[in-house]
Amino acid sequence: MTVIDAPRAQVPDELSPQRGRWHRVRPFLPLVALVVLAILPYSTISLPGIFEGPVNSPGTLQLLAICLIFGGLAAGYDLLFGRTGMLSFGHALYFAAGVYGTDILITRAGLPLWQAALLTVTGGTILAALLGAVALRTVGIAFAMVTLAFAQVGAILVARDFGGLTGGEEGLPLDVSGLPAGLVGVTNTVNLYWLALAYLTLVVFVVHRVSGSPTGRVLAGLRDDERRIGVLGLDPYRYKLVAFTLAGGLASAGGVVYVLIVGGASPHITSSELTLSLLVMVVLGGPGTRWGPVLGGVLYMYLDHRLTAFGTSDAVDNLPAVLSRPLSQPLFVLGTVFILAVYFFPGGLTSLAPRLSHLTRALRPRSPHSPHDAADPR
Amino acid sequence: MGTVILLALTGLGLAALYFLVASGLSLVFGLADVLNFAHGLFLGVGAYGTWWAAGNLPGAGPDGFGFVFAVAFGVAAGTLVAILVELVLIRPLYSRTIEQVLVTVGLSLAGVALLQATWGADARPFPRPDWTRQVTGIFGAQVPNGGLLLIIAAVLVLGAILAFLRWTRYGLVIRAGVENREMVTALGIDVRKAFTLVFAIGGAAAALAGALGGVYFGTVSPGQGGSLLIFAFIVVVIGGMGSVVGSAYAAVVVGLVQQFVNYYGTSGLGDICVVGLLAVVLLLRPQGIAGKVATA
Repeated sequence: MTVIDAPRAQVPDELSPQRGRWHRVRPFLPLVALVVLAILPYSTISLPGIFEGPVNSPGTLQLLAICLIFGGLAAGYDLLFGRTGMLSFGHALYFAAGVYGTDILITRAGLPLWQAALLTVTGGTILAALLGAVALRTVGIAFAMVTLAFAQVGAILVARDFGGLTGGEEGLPLDVSGLPAGLVGVTNTVNLYWLALAYLTLVVFVVHRVSGSPTGRVLAGLRDDERRIGVLGLDPYRYKLVAFTLAGGLASAGGVVYVLIVGGASPHITSSELTLSLLVMVVLGGPGTRWGPVLGGVLYMYLDHRLTAFGTSDAVDNLPAVLSRPLSQPLFVLGTVFILAVYFFPGGLTSLAPRLSHLTRALRPRSPHSPHDAADPR
Repeated sequence: MGTVILLALTGLGLAALYFLVASGLSLVFGLADVLNFAHGLFLGVGAYGTWWAAGNLPGAGPDGFGFVFAVAFGVAAGTLVAILVELVLIRPLYSRTIEQVLVTVGLSLAGVALLQATWGADARPFPRPDWTRQVTGIFGAQVPNGGLLLIIAAVLVLGAILAFLRWTRYGLVIRAGVENREMVTALGIDVRKAFTLVFAIGGAAAALAGALGGVYFGTVSPGQGGSLLIFAFIVVVIGGMGSVVGSAYAAVVVGLVQQFVNYYGTSGLGDICVVGLLAVVLLLRPQGIAGKVATA
């Protein structure tokens, strides 16, 4: 019996993954980025125009820490919006619960930091589970409205200052006397920066592990076709509640770190505007992608802070009033960019890279013999 | 007794404000499935349009016919903005609900920031006729005239919208579209024209709410629309999305609950009770008081 050697199936070039220059390095890029971010405070480079002082000055480190926190928050929110398809407008509530919970427990009740943090994260998670259990009885737009209404209750509770706990409109400065010495004072901003980086790493790790797990695949299924998940015998309600609770817990943990960085709580973090900006961050970065939301969150917060300085700079002030006044409002610029993003790059920033590579490939001169010239690693 | 009547009438004034905002939201949502976060912007445009017209437009002023003219200008400005928003921003994203919501979110952020950039973040005193500052005695209660004006306007708007929906061809198209949009499209009717119309009606009602709300509160500020909008959303969900009559009932319930609880309980408790009411309604009757099932 002769065995006929069948010709090996040829995978067409365009179907096999491209082996670009960065192919081997790619899996390690996040690690490299983490190391770079971790050792960043040791450098004294100053980047004029990007940051006001040198990179390791307390002001810059605080800005970076806030950016990292919001990168983590956006990644947590993406667990709801990008990966499960739940449009929640109340995510700021759990972040605010973390901020105010820690602040009240430390400042008003005098607890040590670790107890306050533990209690707050537990409390925030339970709050998310309870409210999620009610809100998830609705779906789609009604769910969005219900979460918005719950978050509004949080905002009212904080603003009206029931029992004199929250300090009302003026906010509640954090009492730093009981905190560990390494987390207090301008010279120790670098420790807070590392704390923020640790938080971001934790959130990214958790979100990736969850979305890679069987539960994560069910969540993706819920986003794409909820009815089908139901037909397969899985209970959509439970899975959504798990995602909602987890995201709420992560957000309240972010609040704990944020209150340490900022040194107090102010009522604007309870506003629905914060949830809306979380949504903007995720959509700008690229919902449901690995690094998009983080990137979007960091960039949004950075722009939000820097545009304020940019808006009051001479370059803008010299423009005619018609231009300079709207440009001095960061939210106007960010809102407009957001609308343009929804129209012209719906996948967010992360979708820009493949699009640009299409463009460069189209622009590169081709030789007639190898049509897949661009895929060549050169 | 006087207190109860006063609270009831001021509560109804608040309800009138909610209804003016919620009726447009409800129709837009019922027909086009768009949760319109930019509705607060229409309200702001109406308020600032009226404020600007009363100060700058010849023939308009804070009194008498001039005030009516100023309000008409504000309403026209709000309607125009609503129509432009629908034509330029919403229509290209037809039937892509999430993107439409995102665009209106961006618009609400950018629009409020624009109002703030143009006229400052601080509240401005609103021009209003002298008689709206006075009170009318009704069964021993001294009711502010601004609130009564709101109630009358809301009742007129409710009547006008209902008459329009019941007795005109486009009203028929809108009612049918809320019930079943695909069927109306299949019959060869261009529902998108009705979308524009509904946006225009909603924008006009919201702008009127902005102008009369300015009279009621005495001031106008960029963030005013946003805080009203959240309660308008609650009214829409309780009333049932797509139902104007349901919005009217829900607005009355919400306004009265808020006013009475805020007075007899702690200030702010009424707002929380309203959200509690929302949770109860959603658990017991997810489709709202009237109208189609409140799901997308």
